[in-house]
Amino acid sequence: MRIANRTIQFLFSLSFLILPLMASASGGHSESADKEFSATELINSHIGDAHEFHIADWNGHAISLPLPIILWTDNGLEIFSASEFHHDNTGHHVAKEKFVRYNEVIFYADKFETLKEEDKSAFNFGARPLDFSITKNVFSMLMSVIILLILFITVARSYKKNSMAPKGLAGFLEPLVIFVRDDIAIPNIGEKKYGKYMPYLLTIFFFIWINNLIGLIPFFPFSSNLTGNIYFTFVMAFITFLITTLSANKAYWGHIFAPPVPKALYPIMWPVEIIGMFTKPFALMIRLFANITAGHIIILSLISLIYIFKTVAIAPVSGAFVLFMSVLEMLVAALQAYVFTLLSALFIGQAVEEHDHH
Amino acid sequence: MNFTSPESLVFWTTLIFVVFFLLMRKFAWKPILGAVKGREDSINNALLAAENAKKDMQNLKSDNEKLLAEARAERDLMMKEAREIKEKMIADAKSEAQAQGEKMIESAKASIESEKNAAMAELKNQVSSLSLEIAETLLKGELSNKEAQTKLVEKMLGDAKLN
Repeated sequence: MRIANRTIQFLFSLSFLILPLMASASGGHSESADKEFSATELINSHIGDAHEFHIADWNGHAISLPLPIILWTDNGLEIFSASEFHHDNTGHHVAKEKFVRYNEVIFYADKFETLKEEDKSAFNFGARPLDFSITKNVFSMLMSVIILLILFITVARSYKKNSMAPKGLAGFLEPLVIFVRDDIAIPNIGEKKYGKYMPYLLTIFFFIWINNLIGLIPFFPFSSNLTGNIYFTFVMAFITFLITTLSANKAYWGHIFAPPVPKALYPIMWPVEIIGMFTKPFALMIRLFANITAGHIIILSLISLIYIFKTVAIAPVSGAFVLFMSVLEMLVAALQAYVFTLLSALFIGQAVEEHDHH
Repeated sequence: MNFTSPESLVFWTTLIFVVFFLLMRKFAWKPILGAVKGREDSINNALLAAENAKKDMQNLKSDNEKLLAEARAERDLMMKEAREIKEKMIADAKSEAQAQGEKMIESAKASIESEKNAAMAELKNQVSSLSLEIAETLLKGELSNKEAQTKLVEKMLGDAKLN
C-alpha cells in the first residue's frame, strides 16, 4: 500500500515536471507564436501519419528525423529523404523538382498547381505518385517488431536452458502467453483446433498491445498513433477476415447460404448473412481505431487547453487530467489488444465450429 | 485526421506483419508453446504419479490391515481351539479317571466280596469242623448209653425227613 502511494506521488511529481515539456513539444507544431493556435491542427498532425518524425522544436525550428520517401512514380521508383521537403507541408516547396507535399500527401508538382482545394486529397491517385514511404507509423511498427522479436526470442531461448519454472522475462511473459491460450483461444476456438491459430492470436495480441503502449509514450522515438490509424486496423482486421474465411468449414458456409429459416426467406437472409461476414471484421477495424484515436485526442485536447486559455494556471488541472487519462489509456491499450484478439478468436471459432444439429 | 496515402501503411503493415508473424511463429511461439506444453505435461505426469503412489500406499496399508485382521482372527481361532482341546482333554481325563476309579472300586469291591466269601467259606468250614468236633465230643458223651444213642438216631432221622 505504502509503495503504491509513493509510486503515485512520484508519478504525480514526474508528470508536473514533464508536462511543460510535452506541452511545448505539442505546441511546437502551431509554428510561431504570432500564428493563431489551432487545436484541430495540432491534434490532426499528432494522430495522423507523417513523413518525418518530429522530435521537438528549438527556437522556432522543428527538429525531426527525416524518414525515407519511396515513391512509385509514372517513371519508376524514386527514393529520397524527407528532408528534401524542408519541413514544408503546404505544397509550396518543390522537392526533387517534381514533388510537393501537402498535408502529408505527396503530389506531382505540375499537377498540384492545377488542383482545386477539394481535389487535394490522398485519394486523388491521378495527381500523385504511389507512396510507399517509411512513414512515422511504419518506423514505429518496425521498432515494435524489433522489440517484440528480441523479447520473445530471448524468452524462447531461456527455455532451452531452463526446464524448471520460468524466471525473469519468461516469468513475466509466459503468463500472458498462457492467458491468450487459456482465456482467449481455447474457450472460443475449442480444445481440438486452437493450436493452429495460437501463433496468429499471440502475434496480434502482443503486436497491438505494444503499439498501443508505444503510442502512449509522449516522446521520440515513440508517440506514433499506429494502432489508432485506420489503415493499420484495416489490415489487421482484413487478415482476421481472411483467416476466418479461409478456415471456414461446411457448417459456416451452410449457416450463411442455408440458414435454418423457411426457404422463402433465403433472398432476405443471404444479403444479411453476407453483410454479416464483413461487418464483424469491420467492427474490429473501427473499434481499435476509434478507441486508440479517441484516447490520443482526449490527451491532446487536455494539453491544448493550456494554449486555448493562454495561461499556465490551467497546466496543473490539465496535467492531472492527462495523468488520469494516460493511466486509463494504459488499461485501454491492454484491453483493446485483448478485445481484438478475443473477437478474432471468436470469429475463427465460429468459422471452424462443428455443428451437430441442423 | 489527415488521411495520408493509404497504400504506404497498408503495404508496409501487410509486409511487416506477415514477416513478423512468420518469424515469431518459428522462433518464438513454437519453442515457447512447446516448452510450456512440455512443462505442463511433466507437471501433470508428476502429479499423476504422486496420486498413483498415494493410492498404492493406501492399497498397501489396507492390505496390511486386512492381513493383520486375518492373522488376528486366525490367532483367535487357534486360541479358541486350543482352549476347547484343553477343556476336552481335562474333561476326558476326568471322565477316564472317574471310570478308572469306579473300575478300581468295582474290582476292589469284587475282591472284597470274594475275600469275604472265601472267609465266610473258611469260617463255615471251621464252624462245621468245629461243630463236628463238638458234636463228636458231645456224641461221645451222649452215646455212652444205648438209649441215648437210639434217641439220637431217631431224632436225626426225624430231622432228615424234615429236610
